[in-house]
Amino acid sequence: MDTIFLIGGSAGSLKVLLEVLPELSANLTFPIIIILHRKGYVDSQLVNLLNAKTSLNVIEPDDKEPLSPGNIYLAPPDYHLLLEQDKTISLDFSEKFNFSRPSIDITFSSAVKIFKENTFALILSGANADGVEGLKAVKANNGTTLAQNPITAEVNYMPLQAITQSKIDFVLNPSEIATFINKLNVS
Amino acid sequence: MIEPDLIRDEELEKLLIEIAELYGYDFTQYSKASIKRRVNRICVIDKFTSFAELRYQLIKQPSYLQRFIEEITVNVTEMFRDPSFYKALRDDVFPQLDTYPIIRIWLAGCSTGEEVYSLAIIAKETNLIQKTLFYATDINPSVLEKARDGIFPISQMKLYSENYINSGGLKNFSDYYTANYDFARFNDDLKQKMIFSTHNLVSDRSFNEFQLIICRNVLIYFDKDLQAKVFKLFDDSLEHLGFLGLGSKETLRFSQLDKHYHQISTEKIWRKQKEDKRLIKSNNF
Repeated sequence: MDTIFLIGGSAGSLKVLLEVLPELSANLTFPIIIILHRKGYVDSQLVNLLNAKTSLNVIEPDDKEPLSPGNIYLAPPDYHLLLEQDKTISLDFSEKFNFSRPSIDITFSSAVKIFKENTFALILSGANADGVEGLKAVKANNGTTLAQNPITAEVNYMPLQAITQSKIDFVLNPSEIATFINKLNVS
Repeated sequence: MIEPDLIRDEELEKLLIEIAELYGYDFTQYSKASIKRRVNRICVIDKFTSFAELRYQLIKQPSYLQRFIEEITVNVTEMFRDPSFYKALRDDVFPQLDTYPIIRIWLAGCSTGEEVYSLAIIAKETNLIQKTLFYATDINPSVLEKARDGIFPISQMKLYSENYINSGGLKNFSDYYTANYDFARFNDDLKQKMIFSTHNLVSDRSFNEFQLIICRNVLIYFDKDLQAKVFKLFDDSLEHLGFLGLGSKETLRFSQLDKHYHQISTEKIWRKQKEDKRLIKSNNF
């Protein structure tokens, strides 16, 4: 398990995830981490909702949860999600970063330190600039950066910021995202 | 604050060892990803242009250590945070504690005290406050002073009041404090049974036996080995059938203790099993 696929999204991104998840291959050989901005209360319904859309296992991880291939990890509300060298998850309840907790920037920057050039980071629809710093870190470590095509985004600010402020390798329509992810599978 | 990344892993490791040797504060087993962020953050806030500068300040200026500890340890907290947790304490745990003549509660990592006042309010409303002692400890002496004062920003009271109601609170939340300009000063009767003390979970030992230990969002900053050590400390400090409450994303699931404890609800609250049950369990094992 050398690869990690990261997805960051805010307003308008749930719709995209609901389209992407059912199309994902049932036996992915790497984990996916999703960082969504959502309200501060514990909203377990979101995990259930996402789980209902895929045969992959969607988990809202506890602290020290090990990453396993084929699992989708949803950052818990109100915690930053970091990765450790041994590929376990560390949660962190420190200050909000750019008004966000979980912060997409923080998870992207942390993950690329562990997975280096095998990091893929995708920014979806959203109304703030979270993710830009993270994408820069991914690029600086030779990872791959992706953004949802702003034309297709319900709120185009976040993917536009990503595209104009950092170097984006692929701009994808929602219908192309699952195909891209499935192709990364190693047989 | 994320980039530039001023710190290399080996340098950080070396500095943490130096601090442990010089001052006795051991951060070497803090979770790496998180402490690196905190140290990077303090470099940015205090405007160090290189890691060497931070190191120099720490080694040559013992007075800077306090500042370092304050910034490295996370002191984000609120009253009745995760109301469902406090509801479970009120409905499921406190009624069980009523069977003891004296109730000892340890709040480890109490920070600025919001949680211990929350516990005192529940104890008051369940008529247990007179026989309860609250031991509130933290590694950081300056937050303990704040905790002792029990004065919190008035701007937080709306959130705390909502949390309180959602946790099953029975009264007017504003009855528990006096508003004074920008601050809310919590009533003295809540403070009477509180004992504040510094305690370092990394290096200090058990100091009493408790029926309830609460330690929320502290262990997430520790690596697995240190977590195991602290879980052992809690186990040594907990009476049989005592309760252990953790943060909403902390778990005993990856710990040795797991087989001697059972989770009492969907909340992160575990109960220590009786000795004989533990024996039977380990025999089967």
